[in-house]
Amino acid sequence: MGRFIARRLVQAIPTLFGVLVLTFLLTRLSPADPVQLMLGGQYDISPEDRERLRQSLGLNDPLPFQFVTWLWHVIQFDFGNSFYYHRPVIQMIGERIPNSLQISLSALLITVAVGVPLGVLAALRRGGLVDHAIRIFSVSGHAIPTFWFGLIFVLVLGVQLRWFPIGSMNVIGTDCTFCWDRIWHLIGPVAVISIGGIANLPRILRTEVLEVISQDYVRTARSKGLRERVVISAHVLRNALIPVVTLFGGLLTIFVGGSLVIEQVFNWPGLGRLTFEAAINKDYPLVQAGVVFSSLLLILSYIVRDITYAIVDPRIKVR
Amino acid sequence: MATDATTVAPVAAQPAEIRRPTAGLWSDALWRLRRDPTTIAAGVVIVTMITLALGADLLADNFFHWSFTKQDILSSYERPSLSEPAMWLGSDQLGRSQIVRLLYGARVSLFIGAFGAATSMLIGIVLGVTAGYFRGWWDDLVVWLVTTLNSIPALFLLLIVGLLFRLTPLPLAIFLGALGWLGIANLARGQTISLREREYVLAARTIGATPLRVMWRHIFPNILPLMIILAMTDVGGLILTESALSYLGFGIQPPVPSWGNMLTGATQFLSKGPWLVYAPGVMIWITVLCLYLVGDGLRDALDPRLRGVGGRAKK
Repeated sequence: MGRFIARRLVQAIPTLFGVLVLTFLLTRLSPADPVQLMLGGQYDISPEDRERLRQSLGLNDPLPFQFVTWLWHVIQFDFGNSFYYHRPVIQMIGERIPNSLQISLSALLITVAVGVPLGVLAALRRGGLVDHAIRIFSVSGHAIPTFWFGLIFVLVLGVQLRWFPIGSMNVIGTDCTFCWDRIWHLIGPVAVISIGGIANLPRILRTEVLEVISQDYVRTARSKGLRERVVISAHVLRNALIPVVTLFGGLLTIFVGGSLVIEQVFNWPGLGRLTFEAAINKDYPLVQAGVVFSSLLLILSYIVRDITYAIVDPRIKVR
Repeated sequence: MATDATTVAPVAAQPAEIRRPTAGLWSDALWRLRRDPTTIAAGVVIVTMITLALGADLLADNFFHWSFTKQDILSSYERPSLSEPAMWLGSDQLGRSQIVRLLYGARVSLFIGAFGAATSMLIGIVLGVTAGYFRGWWDDLVVWLVTTLNSIPALFLLLIVGLLFRLTPLPLAIFLGALGWLGIANLARGQTISLREREYVLAARTIGATPLRVMWRHIFPNILPLMIILAMTDVGGLILTESALSYLGFGIQPPVPSWGNMLTGATQFLSKGPWLVYAPGVMIWITVLCLYLVGDGLRDALDPRLRGVGGRAKK
């Protein structure tokens, strides 16, 4: 197992390198002058000073050299200072990541808690009314624009009915991470972002359950007189859930990627919204760090997914 | 494989249905499609949507008498009413007709979906097939590229792109397509790896067919049906991404209306014109839903063996 994890971590290095190259190139290809962006609205700076600043920032060096310098700093988690807030970027990112994780992990929990029973139910009641209802829900939930669903949530339950707060994480003046107030604020974004997963999971689980249920060992389990509940939970579900683990990679893509627009809709101060606002302010170091860290989160969650898969399905380690 | 009228799966217990004049894969698929009302309904919705989008200019001039840029500050925040066609869905903060703008938004969304999917099909099939066929370092490179791009949340990357360039629909479609080819490449690569071991590929190679010919004449036609199914889903996914990006203000820029940027305007005035929020979202939802349904239906029609795998199982 240790070797498996080590190998998986090593495999992530070229990927991470690719992410860094791409992020660097895209921001450096910008037609905008970083010096001007850094100076903001100040135009009354002499060309000589401008040139000195350019020189001191290393912007006159050849591109590969600039990349290596940047990489050297990034490896030490030094993304420079924000052009806009004049604070170390890494510090700002660090403040936001827990907020984003709170949404993604809650969403994952809700997706599993709702999706697994729905999938099993659809398979057991195959062809029935429940199965059809779940299928319709799946297909339409898959097609719904998540951010728009969020807007409707805010409009109907927030603005019109006033059941849920609009935006932010806490009522002004309170500041807690695990309390009723925070949960109340979490419900909106988590419900909205889970929809994609809740639509997807039952479809895949249903197919798996149907596949497993026709296996010989399930017939054996039934014929030796086990109760149906035990057969389903211990024999069927245990095996049907294995392929579902691979789905978590896709789910996390939805959660990390979707956080950008959902955090915007719900005014949630997470990584996505930080990056979005940085992009509006043309705050390049912050945008770069936002892209790198969201990718890092994704790469890490892929690794966690693969390890989980190896744990629940020991056959994988043979490969 | 039998050469007479019976084709497809050699299942014995399928009477009547299978006894029919048959030709190739496509007419077979068409025959199956015709007995699938859901797919037909979804297809009709898509075709209607395309027709309306193409005829947006004609409709705006001759039926609604209201161009998509026409503003009328006196009739801003007009509630939806049947009084005149242009106000069927009300008007926005500048007094522009919501329904006319929706029509033009359909144009943008469908164009981006179609063009983006074509771009990603092109990139994905070329890279996927060549990687699967040649293997070696080229394969490693393509796989590395796919893994890398898969590890960057698309919207974050698009944010940078939107920050650097002021995007009009065509470049945006190309950008979205250039990021959306990963799934297609993966599938094309996997299929090619298994197809290149088949006897007919070996036969073609022994009589001296060049790699290009093998890929084009022997592998590509075999993976095309799968690719088309995937492209349908892709168009839907691209429309969703475009709308989110435009909603954030980094996609299609006003005054060109897109369903995404119409929602940006609507949220700024949520309490004054709540009805403005519903229509663009419902349009996105219906369009994407129908595209997915058509994709599902095509999969069932083109490859009945896959019926029920991950999709609408009919048992």
